[in-house]
Amino acid sequence: MDTLALSRLQFAVTSMFHWIFVPLTLGLSVLTAYMETKYVRTADTTYLRMTKFWGKLFLINFALGIVTGLTMEFQFGMNWAEYSKYVGDIFGAPLAIEATLAFFLESVFIGVWIFGWNKVSKATHALAIWIVALATNLSALWILLANGWMQKPVGYVLRNNRAEMTDFGALLTNDYGLLKFGHTLSSGYVVAAFFVMAISAYHLLRKNNVDFFQRSFKMAAIFGLASSLLVAVIGDINAAEIARNQPTKFAAMESLWETQKGVGFNLIVIPDTARECNAVEGPCVPRLLSYLAFHNPDAEIKGLKAFPAEERPPVWPVFAGFRVMVLIGGLLLLLSVFGIFYSLRGTLEQHRLFLLLVLYALPLPYIAGQLGWIVAEIGRQPWIVYGVLKTSQAVSRSVSAVQVVISLLGFTVLYSGLGIVDVYLLTKFARKGPEDAGSAAIPTR
Amino acid sequence: MELQIIWFVLWSVLWAVYFMLDGFVFGTGMLHYYLGTTDQERKILINTVGPVWDGNEVWLVTAGGATFAAFPTTYALMFSYLYSALLLLLFSLIIRGVSLEFRGKLHGPSWKKIWDLGIFVGSALPALLFGVAFGNIFSGLPMDAAGYHGSLLSLLNPYGLVSGVVFVILFLVHGSLYAAVKTEGRVRERAIEVAEGVWAAELLITSAFLIATVISTNLYENYRSLPLLMVVPALAVVSLVMIKIFLSAGKALSAFASSCVLIVLIISTGLIGLFPNLIPSSTNALYSLTIYNSSSSAYTLKIMTVVALVFVPIVIAYKIWVYRVFRSRVTADEVMKNEEAY
Repeated sequence: MDTLALSRLQFAVTSMFHWIFVPLTLGLSVLTAYMETKYVRTADTTYLRMTKFWGKLFLINFALGIVTGLTMEFQFGMNWAEYSKYVGDIFGAPLAIEATLAFFLESVFIGVWIFGWNKVSKATHALAIWIVALATNLSALWILLANGWMQKPVGYVLRNNRAEMTDFGALLTNDYGLLKFGHTLSSGYVVAAFFVMAISAYHLLRKNNVDFFQRSFKMAAIFGLASSLLVAVIGDINAAEIARNQPTKFAAMESLWETQKGVGFNLIVIPDTARECNAVEGPCVPRLLSYLAFHNPDAEIKGLKAFPAEERPPVWPVFAGFRVMVLIGGLLLLLSVFGIFYSLRGTLEQHRLFLLLVLYALPLPYIAGQLGWIVAEIGRQPWIVYGVLKTSQAVSRSVSAVQVVISLLGFTVLYSGLGIVDVYLLTKFARKGPEDAGSAAIPTR
Repeated sequence: MELQIIWFVLWSVLWAVYFMLDGFVFGTGMLHYYLGTTDQERKILINTVGPVWDGNEVWLVTAGGATFAAFPTTYALMFSYLYSALLLLLFSLIIRGVSLEFRGKLHGPSWKKIWDLGIFVGSALPALLFGVAFGNIFSGLPMDAAGYHGSLLSLLNPYGLVSGVVFVILFLVHGSLYAAVKTEGRVRERAIEVAEGVWAAELLITSAFLIATVISTNLYENYRSLPLLMVVPALAVVSLVMIKIFLSAGKALSAFASSCVLIVLIISTGLIGLFPNLIPSSTNALYSLTIYNSSSSAYTLKIMTVVALVFVPIVIAYKIWVYRVFRSRVTADEVMKNEEAY
């Protein structure tokens, strides 16, 4: 493999690993903040124990999100120097703003939250975690605006051999970036909701701390339903946006080869990339795809063959990634509906099969998130900035394949170690359950 | 003032503040195992930096982000040319971060040993690497139209190494003074002893560094053309002496403050000499990366200036508040009671 292929692989490995931790941080910060607010308002110590128990798991996860995020900032320059030179004028800005506006807030106030029990008032302590939650969410906004620009470049002009920013407002209001933010953020909330539901299910199956975990489950199920609805709605708008702006990605997502009007939606499709058609298609809902893409059942959709082969993304990962992601999304929506229903009726612990299902569903929202990024990033290929710069032109010229092999090996070893420790700690503390009601340290201020 | 100059100043401030703040975290991390003789003492030391290390590290992220946004060509070439060195830096910073976070999660002695080692390596290696990197930036990198002609080994030239050792020593004194301010009893006494001992080395190596800088780099040209600037390195020497004076008078906090000033001034001394270069070429000045030939467009610089001028003061304000919240000395009682403590 050459520097380009290795650098792509390394970016994929490191960003996907980073993305194991970020979604949970995004959602669990909000849930933990809500729990602590309930405690401050009601003085009910169950909420305090909830804050501490879920907060502990939050922190273990948070640590890895922070350190693996450092890699992302380094890599743009290390492996993608030509890209950084070419687009730094417009792409660097949101990253620098993210650090200044969001990352500082998050990192400073997480310290207040961890070490501030008894040092600041209860309300200030709760405020600290709200600031952390707000800041992580804000952080995601800037990063996704940056990524949104790679998908749909706006507010720039090609000048002096590079893309120069001409309209900061356009970058900020780039609908592609904002939709991505909404879709990604709510998918993070789904991860957090199912994280809490799954661990609660584990304890409810064993009848540990029933009241504690019933409350946690209910809270998470409501959060989960709201956010999985949001993921679906925004995802739908997002897909229509892709159809308009990234026809090659959209065609790959649907494995659509021929340009047609009034395109139907096939429930089962097996692409045959060698022959540039689908080996299996059907059963078909007529005109549905045209309607979904352009809100017009007769609309024309460009097929992959309308584009030169070297400008098409690989079909299989994009197509399969999209389908499976949507499928998982639907499944999670269904699970949270049942979760709320059983929670409200107070019969949750009787439905052991359901609880078991929720427990084993834990990897699903994680997988859906990873697949979403696969669709977004592989679907954009061969472009690194859609229509502006090819990925092959973006890689560092001074970095050798050997250097990247070594760094990739290094990342693999280091990240595997971190992953093992993370899973070990999370499992250990998740299994252990909350502190006993009597022994929970109640803040003195 | 020209936007590029404003950004050179901001860029310098970010680096100077970063080293001032993370410097004591590196120092504490290099020393915690030695200063603390029991697990509890080590835990106390780690918890002196616990509430602030992450916020301090963000100054690095911001310095990197600012380089990207304001001087994209420099960001691109610096990071790709120094690929292997930065990889090592990145790995060691990752290791430091997780070691700080995970050490206190479990209680077995071998668990703690692993993360103690991680804290040490993750503090000593970045200190050294940052020093080597900045030494090489000060003296220039072998680059021309064809690209970069150096390697990881060529960075370890004598001047680069001296610079690396300077950073390590500066941070050792800085960290031990911070520990003296933030702890009590035996740990504090040991910290003061270390600070006094290493101070002699600091005096020696810093003087050697300033002389080596005259010989190995072109940094003194700016000082020759504007001698008034000599005030900066002169004040650096003064603050270095003040550390010792305050230490002898038993004023650890003032000694620590002097060490803060020293670090800011040493970095400033280098960066003033560097101006208007960001990375000089050691082979041909034509290929030096300057604030003019590697900067973003005026429009981007303007936007970023507004962002920086509005938000950096806000950041500084809440950071000061946090340092006030955690101003007291860290006690055994406190770290043992807080289950979330490191």
